[in-house]
Amino acid sequence: MNQTNDNLALQAVSLTKIYGSGHTEVVAVRDATIEVKKGEIVALLGPSGGGKTTLLTMLGLIRLPNTGQIVINGTLVFDKHQAKVDVRRFRRQNLGFVFQKANLIPFLTAAENVRLAMEINDQTARSSRKRAMELLEYLGVAERAQNLPNLLSGGEQQRVAVARALANHPSVILADEPTAALDSARGRQVMELFRKVAHEQNAGVIVVTHDHRTLDLFDRILEMEDGRLKPHQKTTEIG
Amino acid sequence: MNLATKDIKHNLGRFSLTAIGIGLLLMIVMGMGGIYRGLIQEATLIVDRIGADLWIVQKNTRGPFAEMSRIPRDLQDRALAVPGVETSFGFISYTVQRSYKGKPLRLTLQGLDWPADRGRWLPIAAGRGLSQAHYEMVVDKTAGLQVADKVKLGKDIYTVVGLTQNMTSPSGDAMVFMTLTDVQAVQFDMSPESIRIERTARVNRLLSFNLGQIQPQLTEIAGGLSSQIPALGTSLISAVLIKVKHGYDIDAVQKQIEAWPDVSVYTYEGQKQLLLKGFVDRSRRQLGLFRALLLIISTIIMALILYTLTLDKVHDIAMLKLIGARNSVVLGLIMQQALLLGAIGFCIAYILGQQLFPYFPRRVILMRNDLYMLAMIVIVISVLSSLLGIYRAMRADPSEILS
Repeated sequence: MNQTNDNLALQAVSLTKIYGSGHTEVVAVRDATIEVKKGEIVALLGPSGGGKTTLLTMLGLIRLPNTGQIVINGTLVFDKHQAKVDVRRFRRQNLGFVFQKANLIPFLTAAENVRLAMEINDQTARSSRKRAMELLEYLGVAERAQNLPNLLSGGEQQRVAVARALANHPSVILADEPTAALDSARGRQVMELFRKVAHEQNAGVIVVTHDHRTLDLFDRILEMEDGRLKPHQKTTEIG
Repeated sequence: MNLATKDIKHNLGRFSLTAIGIGLLLMIVMGMGGIYRGLIQEATLIVDRIGADLWIVQKNTRGPFAEMSRIPRDLQDRALAVPGVETSFGFISYTVQRSYKGKPLRLTLQGLDWPADRGRWLPIAAGRGLSQAHYEMVVDKTAGLQVADKVKLGKDIYTVVGLTQNMTSPSGDAMVFMTLTDVQAVQFDMSPESIRIERTARVNRLLSFNLGQIQPQLTEIAGGLSSQIPALGTSLISAVLIKVKHGYDIDAVQKQIEAWPDVSVYTYEGQKQLLLKGFVDRSRRQLGLFRALLLIISTIIMALILYTLTLDKVHDIAMLKLIGARNSVVLGLIMQQALLLGAIGFCIAYILGQQLFPYFPRRVILMRNDLYMLAMIVIVISVLSSLLGIYRAMRADPSEILS
């Protein structure tokens, strides 16, 4: 992959992740190739232990692949065996993460949790304060801005987590079962939110999910099984 | 946004209790230093206050504080004849323990060479100084006596006419200032029966000699007051204090007196060093070791506390790393809390110490330089103790968020 497509938020080619060695060697992800366009929301389905989360952590530069290549927003970030960028800096500038649990910092208010992501990215307190409020408003939790996470409902916490993920205008948002801890109505609301974010913020969004009731919200569905990535068997194009 | 203060605010109760615990530990460390300073000041207080240039004591002794020294009182007249000597005072110092109103009362009696020395140099905090040759005393407040209290010492009753402040002996007992004659009266006090036995023994000794048989009238003198027997010589004192005339070389005067075969002479500095190196040295080393141990214990306790606090935050730290926080953000969170803990602990130690130390039986002196030094040490142990927590935080893996 020598040429990059400006319309692509993410390109990953032949990613492989192997845990352990010798008799204990486990190939968690085998030769996975994926492309996500800007403004596209992609679902990643598959049974537990199929390698979805491992793939997501590799795309998010949390765990580096053994081999393969990753290009995010036109920047080659991983090639063959090594990272080509300062991964932590790249993460804070280009990637957004949302997980099953909101993982908000418990001693910071909702607004501060969002601001933190911007302030560690060298934004001024003033501008981060303003954008945090805008994001919380956009996601419908502005009235809870000054509340600590333990005073927020699960759905509200996830919205704040989404706001934090959006804080630095990421090219790619990676979400790992973000609705697993929510009831179906709230789960759907959050998925709708991801769709809205992908389309309005022009970010590429990959969501690992088990919730088949929300699959209609995704532009594309991929499936992972035994470490291999493939198009969803029933429908590959929904939107 | 300061994460350390936000976290502290969120866990204020736990942080406050921890800071109080650290503060109490540091107060003990501070107190140890203060006790050491107090020991030094108490040890050298009398030497400093008297300010004598030379101390004449019994030959080959390190009296009068380090060990007993006995010299005849007329030595002060001999010393006065030495060229360059301006004044010469007799000095006695010894400790007595009596019972007063059912409680033990330890007093270090200091004799003032009345009338030349009326104790005008004493720091009188209440009442007045001595105004007569007998039966008056000036006592340090730590004795617990009040002006007008009456204390029986020997056969006589002495009235407290004044109180001093911070005048305690090297062993921490309250100093009592009386005339030299009164102190001698207390020092050589004997029971009537002992006096009678001593007089009879003197008469018997005289009669066993030829002189007593030739001059039997001498037995009347031998059986009388010891002060009226010329052969018994003058009374004994602990030391003679010399003030050298302006313009004279103190060392030269010292050498001249030191040539006498019956005395040793110490300068002001020499006497002070005798006290510090002999009397205080062991206590100083003991306190120093305790202090070092306490600092090590404080460091270990702080390290464990900070490690535990960090363990509680490992998940949050992993999240911080995942969203791209630099190591400095994580390091700052732990280090700032450690330094705040140390700083607040130090302030608590100081404030509590100021309130509690005056009630300690021995003086506790907090000197500014010692406090600065301790503050620096607290900074160092705060940094050291945070290292364990930082090590754990640096090992936190962003992928822990997924587990």
